[in-house]
Amino acid sequence: MAVLIGGRRARSMPAGRSLWSDARHRFFKNRAAVASLAVLVLVACFAAFGGLAAQWSNEDIDWAVLGDVATMGRPSLETGHWFGTDELGRDLFARVVQGTQISLMVGIVGALISVVVGTVYGAIAGYFGGRLDSVMMRIVDILMSVPYMFVLILLLVIFGRSVFMLFVGIGLISWLDMARIARGQTLTIKHREYVEAALAIGVGPFTIIRRHIIPNLLGVVIVYATLLVPNMIIYESFISFLGLGVQEPMTSWGALISDGASTMQYGTLWQIGFPLFFFTVTLFAFFFIGDGLRDALDPKDR
Amino acid sequence: MVFYVIRRLLVAIPTILVLIVLSFLMMHYAPGGPWTSERAFPQAVIDALNAKYGLDEPLWKQVASYVWNIVAHFDFGPSLYYKDRSVSELIAQGFPVTLTYGFWSFVVAVLVGGSLGIAAAVWHNSWLDYLAVGISIGAQVLPNFVMAPILVLVFTLWLGWLPGGGWQGGALPYVVMPVIALSTSFMASIARITRSSMLEVLNAGFIRTARAKGLPMRRIVLRHALKPALLPVISYLGPAFVGMITGSVVIDIYFSTGGIGQYFVNSALNRDYFVIMGVTILTGALTVLFNLVVDILYAWIDPKIRY
Repeated sequence: MAVLIGGRRARSMPAGRSLWSDARHRFFKNRAAVASLAVLVLVACFAAFGGLAAQWSNEDIDWAVLGDVATMGRPSLETGHWFGTDELGRDLFARVVQGTQISLMVGIVGALISVVVGTVYGAIAGYFGGRLDSVMMRIVDILMSVPYMFVLILLLVIFGRSVFMLFVGIGLISWLDMARIARGQTLTIKHREYVEAALAIGVGPFTIIRRHIIPNLLGVVIVYATLLVPNMIIYESFISFLGLGVQEPMTSWGALISDGASTMQYGTLWQIGFPLFFFTVTLFAFFFIGDGLRDALDPKDR
Repeated sequence: MVFYVIRRLLVAIPTILVLIVLSFLMMHYAPGGPWTSERAFPQAVIDALNAKYGLDEPLWKQVASYVWNIVAHFDFGPSLYYKDRSVSELIAQGFPVTLTYGFWSFVVAVLVGGSLGIAAAVWHNSWLDYLAVGISIGAQVLPNFVMAPILVLVFTLWLGWLPGGGWQGGALPYVVMPVIALSTSFMASIARITRSSMLEVLNAGFIRTARAKGLPMRRIVLRHALKPALLPVISYLGPAFVGMITGSVVIDIYFSTGGIGQYFVNSALNRDYFVIMGVTILTGALTVLFNLVVDILYAWIDPKIRY
């Protein structure tokens, strides 16, 4: 996005530097953020291509290991179980790859829903203002004061546990914060000169929102979306930790951490170590990238 | 002020009622209703069960009696899984446990997080500041379901200092790890919020005046800076409460403490509808009430708030 818009701006005024290329410059000067971006690319590659490198499938049980996982199921290069096996003798490498796919997908889908729904909702509430605004934001207030995790689990129990329901449930709650942020920004944007100019030449309200409000919200929205991804991953892992999330043979970081935690008294620490490593490293990376983007894009800190 | 409280109550009470009605309707329209299980019951059995629990009456009557029983008698209906027990009995049994460690977690998070944040701001850019910032960044990636296994690994399996689970009527060794696991991430957030708001307040004009008067630093911080710096923390208490009540589910499951979270998850796995709905409604109501208290507290402390 940044590259695309930067390129278009650069053509129209070749001498100056656009807001976006400025922001990109600031972001790439932040070492922690750039390192985190590299880590995140590695994790994404692991999720996308790790399956090709795995010697075992995530569902097959290695019967040679099964009786004695604590010694035979250790991580080793000879058996092909690079991360060892879980307590059922399934290859942990393949399972971590699969868990990473699910967890990253939940995080990104949740953030995308929040970007689309939350931005549009907040922009409409903020732009029209008045009674519509207070009703719409009142609804957000009420939804935010509900312990969503319980409601989400209630939803999962009633409509059956599936990845799709998990997406729906997480999507339902993820947009609330974004709506508030987008509304706040819209309130300041809608009195700018370019919006008034558009109004003066008779542009309709929805066209103004689409062409003028939302593009100018993007900076803030991108920052909060990046910070939302780790939170979505935490929600999903929380539910899967309780055994209420994704179903076997599918798995996610939360389910893997839960499995590893229940067997760690037998000394099979790799079962909790590997999923925990990927979980914490990815979350760290997202938080640092979010911070870097905020420093780069948030106009308040300039 | 009285008017403000009344107006907030007028929003809070319908919110709770809507929560009750919505969760009942969700159960009603669930595919298969509450009696779905691995074994399919014959229709006669389902009819008999529906009649027993009053689910054969018209929908509005069911909803009305469900709401009325909760509001008037605190009766959330029967448990379908724990036979011969009502949901209210399960809640009465589990709730004191949740309340005990929840209360201590809250106290620890606010006191430790608050003092850490204040100290970090007062000694800005000292080793203490870096420690506080480090802790609060690290704790972001250590939610309760990650803290709990790590604590058990270190303090139970390696050091052998603390029991890995159980409750024993709330004896101290059994409370320590649940409280730490539950409070860590909130403590970190409170420390971060306190630090940044304290830094802002310490740069304000009235603090410079107090310094110019020659007041000792301790007095400036405690008498002048503390109250305005704590305002953002108060508005964080609502979300923190929601987070802790949610986190209690993990604590109950992982440490087998026997709080309401344990019943909640077991019921979710066994599709024990009345228990799930009861716990959801109870926690929802508690959250709404707690937010109400926080808002009133905020309006009372901050004279700038208009109501």
